[in-house]
Amino acid sequence: MSVKIGLEIHCQLTSLRTKLFCSCSADYRDKGPNTNVCPICLGLPGTLPLLNRKALEYATMISIVLNSKTPSTAAFYRKNYFYPDLPKNFQITQYNAHEITSIGFDGVVEYDSKKVRIRRIQLEEDPGRLVYEGSMETSLYTLVDYNRAGVALVEIVTEPDFEDPKDVRLFLNKLVSILEHLGVCDTKLEGSVRCDVNVSLAGGRKVEIKNIGSFSEAEKAIIFEMSRQKSVGMKGMEVKSETRHWDDARRVTIQSRVKEEEQDYRYFPEPDIPAVNFGHELTEILKKRMPELPDARKARFVEKFGLSEQVAQVLINDKYLADFFEEGAELYENAREVANWIVTDLKGYTDEFDGIRSLRIKPLHIAELAKMVDQSVISRTTAKQILQEIVKSGEMPSQVAEKLNAVQISDEKALIDVIDRVFDAEKSAVKDALQNENTINFLLGNVMQSTKGRADPKLALELIRKKLASIT
Amino acid sequence: MDPITLGANELATQIKNGSVSAEGYVAKILDRIKKVENSIHSYISLNDRAVDEARRIDKMVKNGERMGRLAGVPIAVKDNICTRGLRTTCASKMLEDYVPPYNATVIDRLQQEGAIILGKANLDEFAMGSTTEFSSFGPTRNPWDVNRVPGGSSGGSAASLAAAEATLALGSDTGGSIRCPASFCSVVGLKPTYGLVSRFGLVSFANSLELIGPMGRSASDVALMLSCIAGRDSMDHTTLDVDSMDYTAKIKQGIKGVKIGIVKEMISDDVDDVVAKSVHEAANKLESLDASIEEISINSLQYALASYYTIAMAEVSSNLARYDGVRYGLHMNPEGFAWNAYYTKARSNFGSEVKRRIMIGTYVLSSGYYGKYYLKAQQIRTLMRQELAGIFKKLDLLIAPTMPVMPFKIGEKIDEPLKMYMADIDTVIANLTGIPAISVPCTFKDNLPIGLQIMGNHLSEELLLRAAYAFEQVNDVKKVVEV
Repeated sequence: MSVKIGLEIHCQLTSLRTKLFCSCSADYRDKGPNTNVCPICLGLPGTLPLLNRKALEYATMISIVLNSKTPSTAAFYRKNYFYPDLPKNFQITQYNAHEITSIGFDGVVEYDSKKVRIRRIQLEEDPGRLVYEGSMETSLYTLVDYNRAGVALVEIVTEPDFEDPKDVRLFLNKLVSILEHLGVCDTKLEGSVRCDVNVSLAGGRKVEIKNIGSFSEAEKAIIFEMSRQKSVGMKGMEVKSETRHWDDARRVTIQSRVKEEEQDYRYFPEPDIPAVNFGHELTEILKKRMPELPDARKARFVEKFGLSEQVAQVLINDKYLADFFEEGAELYENAREVANWIVTDLKGYTDEFDGIRSLRIKPLHIAELAKMVDQSVISRTTAKQILQEIVKSGEMPSQVAEKLNAVQISDEKALIDVIDRVFDAEKSAVKDALQNENTINFLLGNVMQSTKGRADPKLALELIRKKLASIT
Repeated sequence: MDPITLGANELATQIKNGSVSAEGYVAKILDRIKKVENSIHSYISLNDRAVDEARRIDKMVKNGERMGRLAGVPIAVKDNICTRGLRTTCASKMLEDYVPPYNATVIDRLQQEGAIILGKANLDEFAMGSTTEFSSFGPTRNPWDVNRVPGGSSGGSAASLAAAEATLALGSDTGGSIRCPASFCSVVGLKPTYGLVSRFGLVSFANSLELIGPMGRSASDVALMLSCIAGRDSMDHTTLDVDSMDYTAKIKQGIKGVKIGIVKEMISDDVDDVVAKSVHEAANKLESLDASIEEISINSLQYALASYYTIAMAEVSSNLARYDGVRYGLHMNPEGFAWNAYYTKARSNFGSEVKRRIMIGTYVLSSGYYGKYYLKAQQIRTLMRQELAGIFKKLDLLIAPTMPVMPFKIGEKIDEPLKMYMADIDTVIANLTGIPAISVPCTFKDNLPIGLQIMGNHLSEELLLRAAYAFEQVNDVKKVVEV
């Protein structure tokens, strides 16, 4: 059954120092309620919005990267509606009508050899937050925290071009990486990226799903909603056009508690912010200043470091991981080994949300680890044990190896002593080994055992063969 | 009794040279206020620190410190301009106890020049009205006839000047709110070019139309006050990128050769005969000063009121949405209310005129009507700007009545909103097009004042004030009620 999925993504410009229209800090997290506020973001009588020009640049950069058209004049509109998290009871946002456009429109993004069209990109202010003591159901009051009110937000609206929930995940992965590479948004911060989705099955009515807490939940919400709409259809009923909320604890979409009426937002131009005419020069300047973006970086990883497409993709999906890799590759020239350690081993220790940054390990560690294995200072098995230690402790691999007494014995004399002792103790096996190749492995196993795995296996094997040869 | 009606410049000069004490002068004005407020009601609140501030000025004078241009000059501030620590009500129940945590830019600038705020002047609620009857603190009365309105919405500011309760006053003008009461009270009031004076701290009624402006008993007083408040402000993106200047410097240079047009439509048969006659007489006097006079027509004027009220009300409906009793101002116990019910209940405390404008404004912005009303109103505005730009290529100034009618009796028009709106016909054009306009006392008829309006091109304040000054010199009219 065919499905059409569209996204409405909100991304905070967390890299800004201040809010969109005042000088309050853009970093509102972990602050006492209503302490990150001023007369302007509280909308006190007589105050006027002062546009953060940097926000305009960041939003334009996002528009450029999403291959959208950008206007030469940026204008703001008021979206009027009453809600307690809105200090002015209107939101300053953008609008596409009457020959005025938002900061980006008519874009297209390629991901995983597919395409999604971007309908519009607009710059707007985030509202405050409603806070409930305990849960929404049990709380006696709704409390309002305006710390977030006025934080710069970029809204990205796609056309309903997705036909598979998996594609949504792939697209969102790419978008996150783009935002990280642009350096405009720290997507790991709670609530810094949010996503509403709309889903219509088999040409049916559109259902909008809000309250999706993170990008990773979006795919799950869509899958649930598709099966819900399917079963509604199978019961012979019609899917209603409505807004539903994603309940991430129960993993279902539920009808909004408050029935949302058809809102008339009475958009009109914000009289306090004259249209900003920056011509097309700004776009050109920004294009020149654009940092390396995920697609180009991936190609470079493949080209310069000889990484496989897959490994490069895994690194690129998380800018922190990609940076981690590049730093490691600078410290040790076997970049493929560094990449393998990151992608196959290190990623196993990271949780989905915080990623590698939650670990105490640094590129320096991985570079050293890869080098020690390459130079046979430690075995690969030992290296994996060491990794387990250092992700927690942040100690250098060489220190841990020392502590574990795990450095490989590649000193010939020391190994010959061990081999001599094994040959003395296993006389019949030695005899057998002269005829049977498999028994050589048994002797090697004994050597490894008596060195607690520290013997350099290659060298030990060589010495065993040499000694056997001298017997015959 | 010592005079309490000195001009601002004269007063500041005397305070600075020590011949008049600021404290003494302020005390005398406060006595005057005590005496006349019962019958006039210019003020909503008085500043109880005024005398202390005056004393500080005197001390600075004694210490030989550098003094500002308005040292010790007592001023009235319209109560929709925010004053830190001093209640700012907008004459509304919604802000009855609201004390702003910050100063409007104009207040900072005036205080830096040494001005002393006597108090907050009465107005129509949120500056919506032409009579000052729509104040939830009760009406202000016209000092020339207490049975009549002082005009509005800056009625308290104008009355305070005519009744010798202040030396200068700040008003705000959205569609004539400075000029109308200036005309009705026989004082001078200037609406500057849009963007010349910061709106930061002016409680918004219709942002794209309104501005703070100076009011006084003479053109030079108004020029001096404008010099102190004008110029770009980083807190207001809509201010123009211009410096202030000394608007008094060339005020006495006369208007020889200045080309003046009389706006034909504004002195037509619909206008009170006495008003039309007063404009003709004024034209003759200006001609005697070697200015040239000709009649001109503004064709788009017929659409001005419709355009003005559409835009103003649309902006009102959005600007006033924030008054919901949740964060500041009116406080209601939220117990037992859902959000929407709470809003409804709290917002029922607006006065009837404000509610009327919010409802009309909400309607004109509704989807499906936006193109029919708001967009059309903006198109008319563009048309008017173009037409006036053409006119100002040929002419330097325009003259017209400020108000097409004489001051109403109190209560006369309160139930006839449309008739009241019609009285703004001559003033709204300056707001729609952003040009400066001044009302100067013209004459009296049956002991009631009539004002003359002079309009100029964008940023022509200097010429406007020069013309107003020149006119004053040949047109001696009472500007203050007998003390």
